[in-house]
Amino acid sequence: MDKIIIENLNLFYGDFCALKGINMTIRANEITAFIGPSGCGKTSLLKSINRMNDLIEGCIINGRILLDGESIYRDVDINLLRKRVGMVFQKPNPFPMSVYDNVAFGPRTHGIRSKLKLDDLVEKALRQAAIWDELKDRLKKSALELSGGQQQRLCIARALAVQPEVLLMDEPTSALDPISTLRIEELAVDLKKDYTIIIVTHNMQQAVRIADSAAFFLNGELIEYSGAQELFSIPKDKRTEDYITGRFG
Amino acid sequence: MRSRFDEQLKLLKTQMIQMGALCETAISNATKALTDGDMELAKRAIAADEDIDQKEKDIENICLRLLLQQQPVAGDLRQISSALKMITDMERIGDQAADIAEITMLANIKTTNNTNHITEMAEATIKMVTDSIDAYVRQDLRLARAVIEYDDHVDNLFDMVKLDMIRLINEDADNGEYAIDMMMIAKYFERIGDHATNIAEWVEFSITGRHKGEVENDLLCGG
Repeated sequence: MDKIIIENLNLFYGDFCALKGINMTIRANEITAFIGPSGCGKTSLLKSINRMNDLIEGCIINGRILLDGESIYRDVDINLLRKRVGMVFQKPNPFPMSVYDNVAFGPRTHGIRSKLKLDDLVEKALRQAAIWDELKDRLKKSALELSGGQQQRLCIARALAVQPEVLLMDEPTSALDPISTLRIEELAVDLKKDYTIIIVTHNMQQAVRIADSAAFFLNGELIEYSGAQELFSIPKDKRTEDYITGRFG
Repeated sequence: MRSRFDEQLKLLKTQMIQMGALCETAISNATKALTDGDMELAKRAIAADEDIDQKEKDIENICLRLLLQQQPVAGDLRQISSALKMITDMERIGDQAADIAEITMLANIKTTNNTNHITEMAEATIKMVTDSIDAYVRQDLRLARAVIEYDDHVDNLFDMVKLDMIRLINEDADNGEYAIDMMMIAKYFERIGDHATNIAEWVEFSITGRHKGEVENDLLCGG
């Protein structure tokens, strides 16, 4: 099933065109990897999907992004959009508060006050992020005391607590050690049955390991988009082959 | 940017050429032993089997190191994985050249006017082995496909050898043992042709990313 449809999307930062005529369809319950050299536009596109670019001065977007058939740039409550489309960033960014309050933050923002309901949401999110067993006795402790890998899984739990449909992950493991990286990758694969996941990564092997589909961007253009196995074994465009085999970038 | 990787791939190609050359020499020596009765060449073909086995291990190590260190994708991955498959066929070619030489030595036989088709088979299979390795090194799809097609020629020659041997036995029952030995040798040449075909099919995969049948199916399906 198609979850997100991007049509003729152009994105400008002032005069600079960062994304040029992007057309692509992202399927539900799959992991889609965005790859490409720095500055190719992949993070700009990721941020367009939950309108994080609205916060950037001079950023102009034209074209359409449809979430379940509805344009996210027209008549959409932006808070509701960001509830439906959660985001996890490159560097773990827990709030300077307890583990519990970090996870409960989103649901509280969306008006949930019942302690019972919040307890339930926090436990469910921490379990989904595969960190409940490690943190269930430390819920009142500061999130800043956790390791980098734990902090990132906590941030994933925080994103999941508002029960989104899509999870955007911007290089979520680039600051983590290999063990933590593998745990996040396994987590992403577990989560895709309930969520649509888009991940920006510079780690080709990570994309090979976890992605169902992969899109290669270069200079703001979508060069190639196909099944991940196909893209990494038989890329159709020479630029894709040159990039993924390390001939440039 | 990836000069070390490119150097390692170059080394892999060089080693593949060397293993191919060892196989060609082994078949050629076994063939000459058979046609000229030169048992020294038969001994060399048998001894070459060890060198070919060693070369297989060396290439396997290079491939495993490349997979571990470079984590290749796309064309690089196909080239390395194809090499890993191809060396198994090349190793078998070495075995079969040694088997031909062994029969030649033990039975102390040589070709006659009645066994010209075996000589033709030998020449054809040497050509197939040479061309299949060349196709890999030059990544030449047309040459790889020519090798695959040429296998039919070897199979036809094998059928002719069979008829030749039946005729020999019919002419004189005492020719039976000679005919059976020659038939076994012809079968080894036929198998060498099959292994060269396998190599060429892996070359095709390393270039296109698809196996022979898949390419044809894709074309039929308009893919």
